[in-house]
Amino acid sequence: MAAPVVHTDLLTELRDSVLERGVPATPAQVLELLRLPDQHLEDLLALAHEVRMRWCGPEVEVEGIISLKTGGCPEDCHFCSQSGLFASPVRSAWLDIPMLVEAAKQTAKTGATEFCIVAAVRGPDERLMTQVAAGIQAIKDEIDINIACSLGMLTPDQVQRLAAMGVHRYNHNLETARSYFPEVVSTHTWEERWDTLRLVREAGMEVCCGGIVGMGETVEQRAEFAGQLAELEPDEVPLNFLNPRPGTPFGDLELMPAADALRTVAAFRLALPRTVLRFAGGRELTLGDLGARKGLLGGINAVIVGNYLTTLGRPAESDIDLLGELSMPVKALNQTL
Amino acid sequence: MNGTVFCDQCGAPAEAGGHGRCAARRALEPPRYCVDCARRMVVQVTPTGWTGRCSRHGERRSAGY
Repeated sequence: MAAPVVHTDLLTELRDSVLERGVPATPAQVLELLRLPDQHLEDLLALAHEVRMRWCGPEVEVEGIISLKTGGCPEDCHFCSQSGLFASPVRSAWLDIPMLVEAAKQTAKTGATEFCIVAAVRGPDERLMTQVAAGIQAIKDEIDINIACSLGMLTPDQVQRLAAMGVHRYNHNLETARSYFPEVVSTHTWEERWDTLRLVREAGMEVCCGGIVGMGETVEQRAEFAGQLAELEPDEVPLNFLNPRPGTPFGDLELMPAADALRTVAAFRLALPRTVLRFAGGRELTLGDLGARKGLLGGINAVIVGNYLTTLGRPAESDIDLLGELSMPVKALNQTL
Repeated sequence: MNGTVFCDQCGAPAEAGGHGRCAARRALEPPRYCVDCARRMVVQVTPTGWTGRCSRHGERRSAGY
């Protein structure tokens, strides 16, 4: 009988510290949450939902993403089908400006207020920077939408240029715990990614930084990752669940169990009570159709709608309809963090 | 053209069987291979659709594109 009492104590303690006082859960507490038995999962999700509603409100930030430059990446991120180092079926492609604008229009039509331009690169070269600048200007000429970018590691000059282009948020995921990163990427370091994030913040852009769970990391490393994200204090954390890609080193890994995925969502919410916590890739596979609802009632307050960079997602209308059903308004364009 | 149809997920002949995983994957994956010649296509995914271009057989696109 001792164990359930301990779990109840933990949730009671977190109700006071995180919900009432807004103090983030520590990595040690996150680890306990990640080990919580299934019979307490609903209680954990309910607490995470209360924390989200208390510190973030009912609004949900909706985003669409597009791959501007697909495939042929020189890096070896073991989860990624866009690395040129693996025998993936994904071929290199560049999107032209009219198509980019059309994708932004498609995104805006869903009600989304965020549009993220992504490129599979180590960092942008001059050709890509020029393409991004032209693309952003063309989008701004036609559509009212917040533009984010994800272009890999940046130099100080590139950070300044992107800020000057009007990029309001920059995504650069740490992907996983610092201790596990060498098992995921060998062509650059976790610290190099951290340096780019520091530059982004110094330039006044919002920091978007998350990662992928279910890549073979331990629960201890998952808790470590939550702590490292909390230390970074990003404006947004996109949470992906590994979708094992054919031809990649992680291509044969099993999908993360749905209960573990939901535990992670809730635990990360308690570690990051005021952050935009976004459902990103892999949720459809890992959590199925019920996943969107359970996540939105378990700490999530942002979604990527429609398709991802190289894979397909739920129809945007399904998520938008669900938000209506749950009485969660889509965050308006003029609302800032 | 010999009339062979290829699996758009793995590029193997569609009639060869063993495409259970391909069928499951298709719900959340755009086509990767040309069904006419099994060449890898250049695929562009957008928020509401996809296009796939084969250097020999041209472009396919989703209904939502």
